[in-house]
Amino acid sequence: MADSTVVAQGAPETAQPVHGEHPAYLRHHFESVEQQADAAGFAMWLFLLTEVMFFGGLFTAYLIYRNWYYPAFVAGSHQLSIPLGGLNTLLLITSSFTMAMGVWCAETRRKSGLVLCLVLTFILGLGFLGIKTIEYSEKIEKHHVPSWHYSLQSFLDPASDKEASAAGDKPLPLDMARHTEVYFSLYFAMTGMHALHMIIGIGILGFMILRARAGAYTSGHVTFVENFGLYWHFVDIVWIFLFPLLYLISRH
Amino acid sequence: MSEQHEQAHHIVSPMVYVFILIALLVGTATTVWVSYVDLGVWNPIIALAIACTKATLVVLFFMHVKYSTKLTKLTICAGIFMFLALVGMTLSDYISRAWGSW
Repeated sequence: MADSTVVAQGAPETAQPVHGEHPAYLRHHFESVEQQADAAGFAMWLFLLTEVMFFGGLFTAYLIYRNWYYPAFVAGSHQLSIPLGGLNTLLLITSSFTMAMGVWCAETRRKSGLVLCLVLTFILGLGFLGIKTIEYSEKIEKHHVPSWHYSLQSFLDPASDKEASAAGDKPLPLDMARHTEVYFSLYFAMTGMHALHMIIGIGILGFMILRARAGAYTSGHVTFVENFGLYWHFVDIVWIFLFPLLYLISRH
Repeated sequence: MSEQHEQAHHIVSPMVYVFILIALLVGTATTVWVSYVDLGVWNPIIALAIACTKATLVVLFFMHVKYSTKLTKLTICAGIFMFLALVGMTLSDYISRAWGSW
């Protein structure tokens, strides 16, 4: 690309500095492989910081509304299953580990190891989404999806509800019970955006598995695997905060 | 050029990843266990402290930030500072204006 631009501007080709030996993946606008890798990592972090701001806004909304409508948020969080949420945390942390091992395999040029790590990450990610689907379908069955046949029964009459009575909930006054809808709005917004990031990540993983089988990332050029690893770990970090905030802190 | 690259590109060993995985699993077990103990206002604080510790481990080791360039480190610190400033300013606005009158 860079060469053809120069030629189009009329500069004689002989004026070009000698085209020295370099790996095929080094783009001409970079001085060295090292500089190219640093630039790619830097750009990936800039993108991840915009993601921090995006999820940060949701977390801030959660923080403020939880303090405003505290009883509604406590009752709402009692509807979530800690075993399912905890299992999902295990799956995601393990998938982060397999992804990190994948990056190591790419760096040390182990092709079959890389493919194995990517496939494991792919499967663990699908497992996470499968459990999330079970959790969402429970919410749909109990009419806890905001603005869609939303039912206050679990909160006005907790004795009639398995999860609420297990947590020892007291009936909420009607106006506070209505605010449980805010809790579930934030629950679906935050876990839904997180799940969307997982779906995108799993799609890219599928593409990477195909390319890794062809030996794409084990010949020295690991930037794509490394930057995807950064994305995957970021999604893991979001869940590391979502799990305690949504599931755990109102339990005792 | 290739020697330079070898020096700059630090490869984190699998043993480090295994230790971090174990630390993260222990952190998860702890945060679930602590959530069943009634500590009043300290429950969310401890849960967030454990989550921040886990996130720091992931960022430093899984994401290789401990071994990355000063530019990357500075960028991340600036981003986190910006995020905390935005959250702090939003909270100060809510607390000083509408708190208790919703």
